[in-house]
Formats: sequence, structure tokens, C-alpha cells
Amino acid sequence: MLQTAPHPADAAAAPRPATAPVLRLAGVSKSFPGVKALSGVSLELFAGQVTALVGENGAGKSTVVKILTGIYRPDAGGIEVAGSPVRFAAARDAAAAGITAIHQETVLFDELSVAENIFLGHAPRGRFGLIDRPAMRREAAAILARIGARIDPRMPLKDLGIASRHLVAIARALSVDARVVIMDEPTAALSQTEIEELYDLVERLKAEGRAILFISHKFDEVFRIADRYTVFRDGEHVGSGLIAEVSEDDLVRMMVGRSVDQIFPARAHRIGDEVLRVRDFCHATEFDRIGFTLRRGEVLGFYGLVGAGRSELMQAVFGITRPASGTVEVDGRPVTIRAPGDAIAAGIVYVPEDRGKQGTVAGLPIFQNVTLPSLSRTSRNGFLRLAREFALARQYAGRLDLRAAALDQDVGNLSGGNQQKVVIAKWLATKPRVIILDEPTKGIDIGSKAAVHAFMAELAAEGLAVVMVSSEIPEVLGMSDRVIVMREGLIAAELSGADLTPETLVRHAAGIGAAQGAAT
Amino acid sequence: MTDATRHIPDRLQSPAARALKSWESLLLAVAIAVFIVNSFASPYFLSAWNLSDATFNFTEKAMIAFAMAMLIIAGEIDLSVASIIALASTAMGAAAQVGAGVPVLVLIGLGTGLLCGAINGLLVTGLGLPSIVVTIGTMSLFRGISFIVLGDKAYTGYPPGFAYFGQGYVWWVISFEFALFAVLAAVYAVVLHKTSFGRAVYAIGNNPTGALFSGIRVARVKFVLFLLTGLMSGLAAVCLTSRLGSTRPSIATGWELEVVTMVVLGGVNILGGSGTIPGVVIAAFVMGLVTFGFGLLNVPGIVMSIFVGLLLIAVIALPRLWAMWRR
Repeated sequence: MLQTAPHPADAAAAPRPATAPVLRLAGVSKSFPGVKALSGVSLELFAGQVTALVGENGAGKSTVVKILTGIYRPDAGGIEVAGSPVRFAAARDAAAAGITAIHQETVLFDELSVAENIFLGHAPRGRFGLIDRPAMRREAAAILARIGARIDPRMPLKDLGIASRHLVAIARALSVDARVVIMDEPTAALSQTEIEELYDLVERLKAEGRAILFISHKFDEVFRIADRYTVFRDGEHVGSGLIAEVSEDDLVRMMVGRSVDQIFPARAHRIGDEVLRVRDFCHATEFDRIGFTLRRGEVLGFYGLVGAGRSELMQAVFGITRPASGTVEVDGRPVTIRAPGDAIAAGIVYVPEDRGKQGTVAGLPIFQNVTLPSLSRTSRNGFLRLAREFALARQYAGRLDLRAAALDQDVGNLSGGNQQKVVIAKWLATKPRVIILDEPTKGIDIGSKAAVHAFMAELAAEGLAVVMVSSEIPEVLGMSDRVIVMREGLIAAELSGADLTPETLVRHAAGIGAAQGAAT
Repeated sequence: MTDATRHIPDRLQSPAARALKSWESLLLAVAIAVFIVNSFASPYFLSAWNLSDATFNFTEKAMIAFAMAMLIIAGEIDLSVASIIALASTAMGAAAQVGAGVPVLVLIGLGTGLLCGAINGLLVTGLGLPSIVVTIGTMSLFRGISFIVLGDKAYTGYPPGFAYFGQGYVWWVISFEFALFAVLAAVYAVVLHKTSFGRAVYAIGNNPTGALFSGIRVARVKFVLFLLTGLMSGLAAVCLTSRLGSTRPSIATGWELEVVTMVVLGGVNILGGSGTIPGVVIAAFVMGLVTFGFGLLNVPGIVMSIFVGLLLIAVIALPRLWAMWRR
């Protein structure tokens, strides 16, 4: 590997941790329609130190990253780089201020070479303003060598595997002279050895005097490489300090110790006979050896981090994907599910997370969306009967308190909450025994959220068996009789009663239940 | 926000009001205008037998267009239809050489169409390939087989009774082909607009993933649509071969684009999801009348195809221009 063109920052190798922060956020707030993503948060990053930003899904971590990289502009508050206030109007302003980010999925270009990907937009120029390809290749090779990646910069990106692509993304982030490097879940796609190499890279970046913001759900990583921590909860800053002075328990408590601002419906706990039994569900890549049961009138929560395999499992139960092995029993009788139609016939229905793509059929009117899985009942010998369809749609629209101008209105014009009501109406109209709700309140306004929660409680009280996949701890705790925690495709724990606490959920989801106190 | 028992009306406007503002109504006005212009332009136009002859300009293509409309509404397309005609016609010609009777010939024509449709359908739904690529491939394949079998020769010598499908009359000026066209129009209109199968077609065209998640057997519906398009191409092959009385490998060249033009002119969204059979029926009349009127006026064929091309662009651009002008 070529080691020409020494990087400017190499000159400042191994500085002592500075006392003044390189980057400071103070009182930053950001709102989106219906959601307050950040309210008055602060964050400080120091040269030569790794600061871990931890918090639950939805705590505001990604919003901060987007503000730091110039994608969002804060509603209030200020950013200071090296003591002087800055204002980012666009992503290139943040890059010019020396802030670079390695995202979970950096946009790369398959048809371009590794070197072109690394230098896209800021390639070294030669005479006449043309790209100086030899120089670009040399510099790309130097950066790749610096991060320990054995990749030929002339290779087309499409020939690289997922881990090598990730290294290219990292090289791209480092190709600008960055004072601040943001790593957003950098280890999500990497194997254990690659993670070790990443840790080495982080150490080298620290030695070069860069400030690193490290975002991770994995506590072992945080305690392994971070010097400082900052905890966000519900868009607010709840604490920060030195990692050496904090325990895992403290961090978990800070992450979840919330003020109870959501009220969940009171539940009548009349749990009946077993309705659903899933045995030994396995899949090549998404989940393994999953088994659970569900009773009438029960709400079973599925908690886990994003990517734990919960949606994939539920879609396999519903017949969208075929599991490698496993059986499903409804009322003690085995059922064969090869397609969603089989699941619906067996009384199992699925409200998907992606409402726009999977839940509704935009372009069709509300009433046709509601009757789509029930057409065999509303039609006679395959011939549609519109009066019946309208009657069915009217019945469930009323029951779910749907807000719409008319039942023949395009479902795509409804708000997210009302679209979700249409999806739920569509499934209730099939008279199911088991309803699986995947992130049922994600991205819908508070009012509709409460309506969906109340409705779930009502359904359970009527004897329906409910599976609720959710990444929101208050929702899981507020609604579930029993919770299964999944981690990396496996069932990590099954919790009920007194075991159901925010701390236990987070521990099992992050895999720190057994390794208590092992780190630090 | 208001009272707890809110009432949502079924419809915002009556079906009649909606129909009046529809694309089909506009197209019907165009058809009438073309009819009036034609009757002034040529003294021969308004004769019953002339008009009857005019229908042959579109009946065979329209049969395919009905099935193609459903396929395009479902978000797929079949560009091999004209080549299926060539292959089906060649198969019938070969059978006629060895003395096959009329019923056998018809069965061979329809069977070849079904087989070709099944091949397209399996490639698209079984292997998940894009239909536009698959059917461009089978377009060359099917007609290529026809060329290999026939070369520069032609099959003639069909049995006398075979001529009825393309040349016979059911009653007075009503040809067998026109009667078949009318019956098929009614059948397809009912299937698309009045059955749960038709509803599935619309659902798939608007959102195939959403349709799958609603329990619709998306692959099966699409396969049936490819079968139907193949079958209709086989039927068109029977009618066209009977009308011409001979088979050359170049038979029905370029028809796939005329069929797609007819479907799009009829108001079917080329991206899938919307369109009606009545629209396609009116579009068939418009194209037939325009072609026939130009023929009466001795306008050369190339000018005709220029006009049809302009018409297609105009009808697609008009709604967009209308929306821009109103803003």
C-alpha cells in the first residue's frame, strides 16, 4: 500500500484531551408536525475523545446527527465549533466546518470505483479543472491504508461485499479533514473481527485528535471504547459525564426513567384458552428456534431493537415469507400457511408496520380497502355486491371512528392515523381470531395513538388474541399482559408480572442481562 | 372533533356525475366528432356496408386490447401479442396442410395462444422477471419460429368453412367479428368491473405489495391475465387468418403497438391501477373510424400512422395541460 501524502492531522498525533469542547450544542430544539423531536438538548464533544450518545429508539439521536450534518436546521439553540458559533444552511456547510458522519447506510454508487466513491464531490483537481485520477487513486489508497482496509481503489464498488462497502463509507467520511467524526450504529453490519478492526480505527482517530460521537445500542461497545457519555430520553438531555464514573445500571435507568405522560386504557384481564401456538420457527437469516403461545383475550408484546427479527417472524407466521421450518397451530389444530390467504382463512391477520406500502392500497377507495380481504363474503359467485361492501365499510368505519369525507374517497388521501384505522377495519371485517399489530402507533399523532390503544384493549376484552410488535417501551409495558424480548433473531426472554420493567426490557434487548457488571 | 356518532357518506358524488366528468365521456365526444367529420369529408362514409367494413379495422385488435387493458391495469404488459398471432396462424396453416378440419384449426389457434400466454406468465410470475423484457424476448422468439417454419413461403389452402370467422356475417351488415367484439366487450366489462377478480386486478395495479398483504394471490391473478392475453391473441389469429385466407410470417406486424395505443387511448394508465373497458371500446371505435376515414380520402398509410401517433400523444398530454392551465 502506498503511504504517500501524509494526512494533515497526522502532525497533531496523540494530543492531550483538550479541556474546551471542539463542538458544543446548547439548548437545541427541533419539532416536526405533531412531534417534538428535541427540546433544549446540549451535547459537548472533545478532541481525542469518544463520546457515546445513548437512548431508546425515538430519543432524538438521529435528529441530532442530522442537525450536526446540516440536514436539519434547529428551531432554537446554537452550535459552536471550536468556540465560535456556526450556522449550517446545508450539508456542505457542516462538511466545511469539519464534521463528517458515517451513517448506518451511507449512499454509495455501485457503478463507480472505490476511489471515485471516496472522493465524489471533492476529487483532487488537475489542470483545466479536470479530475486528477492518479492523485485521487493515490489519496484513496492512503486513506484505505490508514483505516486498515485492503481494498484496491480501482475496483468497482459493486464487486465489494457488505463489510468492504462499509469500510469505503468510512474512508469517504475520512477523506475530508474532519475535526468531528460521527459514527451512527457503525457496527450494525459488521462481523466480530471487523468490529475489532473498527475499534482499532477509532483508537487511531482518537490519537489523531479527532472528536468522535459514537451512537450505539450495544452497551458492551459503549463501555469498551467511549470516554464520555450523553443520554437522551424523549428528545431531552438527561445526563452526561465520564464513562469511568458510571455503571450500566445508571445508564439504563437514565435511558428509561421517564415521566409517565401517556395514559393507557385499563384492561380487563380475562384470558381464555390457547388460540395460537407457533413452534420452532426458523429462517436462514432472520430468526431461529422461535416458539410462543397466545391465548384468547391476551395481549402479547414483542419488544426488541430494530432489526431483531420481529417483523420478519410475524410476516412468516402470516405467510408472506416461508420459514425454513416450523409449525403453526390454531385452536390446537395444525394449519398450513403458504400464503397470506391461508393465514386469513385460519383467522390470523397482520397489520404491517409499513402502512403506505403494505397496509393500504392507495388509489383504491376506503370501502374497497376495507373489503379487499373479505371479498369472498361480500360477493356472490365472484360477482361484487356494492351495497354489502358499503355496509361492511360503514360498520367498521363507525366502530373505529374513522375521519373521512366519504367512503369512496381514495385511502391515500387520509392521514396516517386514519389509514391505520382503515387497515385495522379491513382485518376486523374478516372476523379474525388472532391479530398481529406491527408497530401499530408508529408515526401517528397522539390522538389516533390513544384511539388505537383503546381499541386494542377493547378487542382483547372481546376475546381476540393480540400480538403487538413495538419498539416503544411505554407502549409495550402499558398494553401487554406478557412480553417476549427478541435479540438478533432469538427469543432473549419472556417476561410477565413483576419482571416487566423498563430496565429488564432494555437489558434483554441489548444483551446485557447475563453480562451484568462484566464490562467496565 | 364533533359528535361521537359521525356519519360518513358512501359517495361524494353520484356515479352519473362522475361518469359525465370521466375520460370516457371526453373520448366519446371525440368519437362523435370524428364520425361527423368523416361523413362530411366523404360521401361514401355514411353507408351501412362501408361502416361495416370499417369495423374490421379494429375488431381483431380490440379483442386483444380488452385482455391487454386488464394486464396493463394490473401493472404488467405483453408486447408479444402480434407474434403470438403469427405463431398461432402458422400452427393453423401447418395443420390445414395436413387436412385438419375447421374445429381442429380453431382449437390449434386458441391452444397456441394459451401456450404462449402460459410461457409469458410463467417467466413473469414464476421467475419474477419484468414483463416488458420477457415479452420483448418472446416477441422475437414466437415470430422467429414462424419465420423458420415458413421462410418466404405462405400457407394457403384453408378449408372453405374456415372463412366464416373473418368473412361471415351474423345478420345483415353485422359481421361475425363485430358480433364477437361486442360479446367480448360485455364479458370483459363484467369481469373487470363487476367481479372480485376485477377488483383484485385494480388492487394489484395500484399496490402489488399491499394486495399481497391483503391476502390476494397476486402471482396467480397475473398468470391468469397472461393466459387471457395469449388466448385473445389466438382468437385474433383465427379471425385474421380466416379473413386473409393465408398465413405469412409477417402477419399482424406492429399490432402490439396498435393494441397498446388503443388501450392507452382508452384511458388506461400505462403505469397500472386505473382504466375501464368502456374506454377501450370507445378508443377502438375512434381508431377504426380515423383509419377508415383516411382510407376513404386516399390518405397514405404513413400519414395515418403519423396521425395516430399524434393523437396518442395529444390524449396523454391534454389532461396534464388542462391541469397546468387551470392552476
